[in-house]
Amino acid sequence: MIGDLLLSIFNADFLYSVIRITAPILFAALGAVIAEKAGVVNIGLEGIMMISALFGVLFGYWTQSWLIGVIGAVVIGVLLALLIGFFAFEMKTDIILGGIAVNMLGAGGTIFLLDMFTGMKGNTGSLVTRELLIPTVDIPLIQSIPFLGQVLSGHAVLTYLAFLLVWLMWVVIYKTPLGLNIRAVGENPNAATSIGVSVQKIQYIAIGLSGALAGLGGAFMSMYYSQGWNSGMVAGRGFIALAATAMGRGEPVGTMLSSLLFGLAQALRTKVSGMQGVSSYLVSVIPYLVTIIGLVLYAISTKNKLKKRHTVTKGAE
Amino acid sequence: MEQEVIVEQKDFVEQEDFVIQMRGISKVYPNGIAANKDVDFILRRGEIHAIMGENGAGKSTLMKILFGLEQPTSGEILINGEPVAITSPSKAISLGIGMVHQHFMLVPSLTVAENIVLGMAPTTKSRVLVDFKKAVQIAEENAARYNLRIDPNAKVMDIPVGMKQKVEILKALVRGAKILILDEPTAVLTTQETSELFKELIALKDQGFTIVFISHKLKEIKQITDRLTIMRGGRSMGVYNTADISESEISRLMVGRDVVLKVVKGKSQPTDTVLKVRDLEYTNRWNKKMLDKLSFSVRKGEILGIAGVEGNGQRELVEMLFNLNVPDAGTVTVCGESIIKLSQDKIRNRGVSLVPEDRMTYGIADIASIEENVISDRFSNKRFNKGPLFNMREIHHESNNLIVDYRILAKSAKQQVKMLSGGNIQKVVVARELSSQPTLLIADQPTRGIDVGATEFIRNQIVDLSRGGTAVLLVSADLNEVIELSDSLIVMYGGKIVAYFEDSSQLDDVTMGEYMLGLKHQTEEEIAKVCYE
Repeated sequence: MIGDLLLSIFNADFLYSVIRITAPILFAALGAVIAEKAGVVNIGLEGIMMISALFGVLFGYWTQSWLIGVIGAVVIGVLLALLIGFFAFEMKTDIILGGIAVNMLGAGGTIFLLDMFTGMKGNTGSLVTRELLIPTVDIPLIQSIPFLGQVLSGHAVLTYLAFLLVWLMWVVIYKTPLGLNIRAVGENPNAATSIGVSVQKIQYIAIGLSGALAGLGGAFMSMYYSQGWNSGMVAGRGFIALAATAMGRGEPVGTMLSSLLFGLAQALRTKVSGMQGVSSYLVSVIPYLVTIIGLVLYAISTKNKLKKRHTVTKGAE
Repeated sequence: MEQEVIVEQKDFVEQEDFVIQMRGISKVYPNGIAANKDVDFILRRGEIHAIMGENGAGKSTLMKILFGLEQPTSGEILINGEPVAITSPSKAISLGIGMVHQHFMLVPSLTVAENIVLGMAPTTKSRVLVDFKKAVQIAEENAARYNLRIDPNAKVMDIPVGMKQKVEILKALVRGAKILILDEPTAVLTTQETSELFKELIALKDQGFTIVFISHKLKEIKQITDRLTIMRGGRSMGVYNTADISESEISRLMVGRDVVLKVVKGKSQPTDTVLKVRDLEYTNRWNKKMLDKLSFSVRKGEILGIAGVEGNGQRELVEMLFNLNVPDAGTVTVCGESIIKLSQDKIRNRGVSLVPEDRMTYGIADIASIEENVISDRFSNKRFNKGPLFNMREIHHESNNLIVDYRILAKSAKQQVKMLSGGNIQKVVVARELSSQPTLLIADQPTRGIDVGATEFIRNQIVDLSRGGTAVLLVSADLNEVIELSDSLIVMYGGKIVAYFEDSSQLDDVTMGEYMLGLKHQTEEEIAKVCYE
């Protein structure tokens, strides 16, 4: 049985599915990264993904264009994130509460909105036609390489965008004036204020970007991954993204690696649950088990790092 | 008197030489505390001007007003003779004023160069990316021009405190500051770093910069300032040429006593030693020695006061006595048993009580009720429990008694503590800490910032407690309070005890000021008398 499992893991189809499953988590996780750099906790990623996913489908259907659907999802994501920001920065509510409110809106409100706009119950059914799905692309040259081509080529446009954004995010955070301001605001808001950088403006920009990324994740889910919107679709990916960000230490590349780990765990679950003689209940625990193990390892390494730093400074004294 | 000085100046100095004039500045906070009362502060171009005063004298508030962090309640500010409204730090920066705060405003994970150009970072031709080379170049050029040695590529978290301060000064200079305000710049520096800073400041002065130097260290002031303004209790005590005023004169103006609340108390009859502190040492994480072989005893029935300007190790000492921090070396015993590293609960069970300096953080839970706060050290007591539940009747009884005994003004015992006035909040703390019949009471700034009535009440309670046989250690930056309340008194300066007075009743503020500011210290033998077995 283990032999079967290994065989089914080390094949191109499986690795292809890991990348596909990772993409939506990665979008949301990058959203968490940029918010966290500015000292903002956006716990509403899950809800933003849900609502954006729905509006991606709706905009796509109304305009009969997948691209406008995706853009619509991003706009909705930005607006929702700015709303959380407005309540937190302007009305001084706890940002966690704002995030929870959006999550609840995502869980319950979407079903209502769907009914209101289309009269459909619980899923968008036939609204999403083949033409309205996010298209896939074959990468020339790479696609003809055996094995590697099967793994890397033929993904959706947004999948490539997700991995491209890892690099882009790194550039924004570490190489632009905006990134400098974002990091300053996140680490020492007083320092930013003392030289005339508006903390609030920077935090709005960061949470807005985080909403845009969650919006992309939502669009990916409904307009490609599940080929239509349904009420249980996001299934905790917004929260898994937060865990991935924590494990990735809030850095773009680290977050990508931990997102891949979660993607791997989910793909593994799908694979193993299809095998005979395995309890599907037991298997469905895998992604969550990986989350817990990952967070424990992360906590231990952080603790050791702190200890090391402490002894170094003590030694210097 | 200060009026005369100003008139005199006008005769000799051209008007345009007054780079800043703050006239009649008052600042009253919404809670009614007046931090500045009709203060005049005049800065001449190209001078190093000290603002001196004890903690709470209003020096920082005055400078916060100048830097746009606070708005004055009344008064006017003129820059180069023109009236201005300094509404924000950005406005102050645009007017050429820079401030180096006591707590650095730096981003630890960014490099020195990035911190210096933050908010005005140079970009490459694409206008999108930061030009890091250019940033380093800006940092290096300015560092060279003003002779401030820094490492532009190092991360701020890895550089020593002295360099952080230079980064702060450069931040201000790069933004075009002509006037630099330094808030207690030497408080965190070692001796070598301090003398380096002074050289740099004098060099800046020679290049035409004007520097305001907030401090209470006499020797430093004498060393580098041209003039000084002394503040006390929110008022200016006058402007003086540094060369014309003696250290003891400065000390007299700084630490004078204003109103004296008399406390009636009999002579103490100390008996057994309760608290024994021996050779306590502690170096903080900025590598500064805060406690330097500190030894003393407190006996049953006496109030031992600790006087000193804040920041001379008093806070660290109290932390060690209640396990809020662990000393590097030395012993602390209460009735012969060591209390180092014991939990606060166990320390309390040994009969130690603490009225903490920061009452809102360590003294109370502000959203809890008075009742919950006063029983928070004794709720596990059998008396207040009935099986697994609280005995609410006993608890109401206890809290209502305490409210009456300690004259806490409140609607009911259920009222949230944060709704009370400062004085009544402190009475809640005192009610809990004193009613537990402690063998040792540590009272840290027990009457800071509270009204006269509450102050008098709390002082009398402390005296009563000590006459009933409790050992009291009183830490206070309020000179009146330590002199009036203590039976004996020690003075701390630079983490050491510099004087011990067995009988504090005859002390005067001039003598005390000289010890507190480090102008005088007693011999080792005299100080060692405070150690009883």
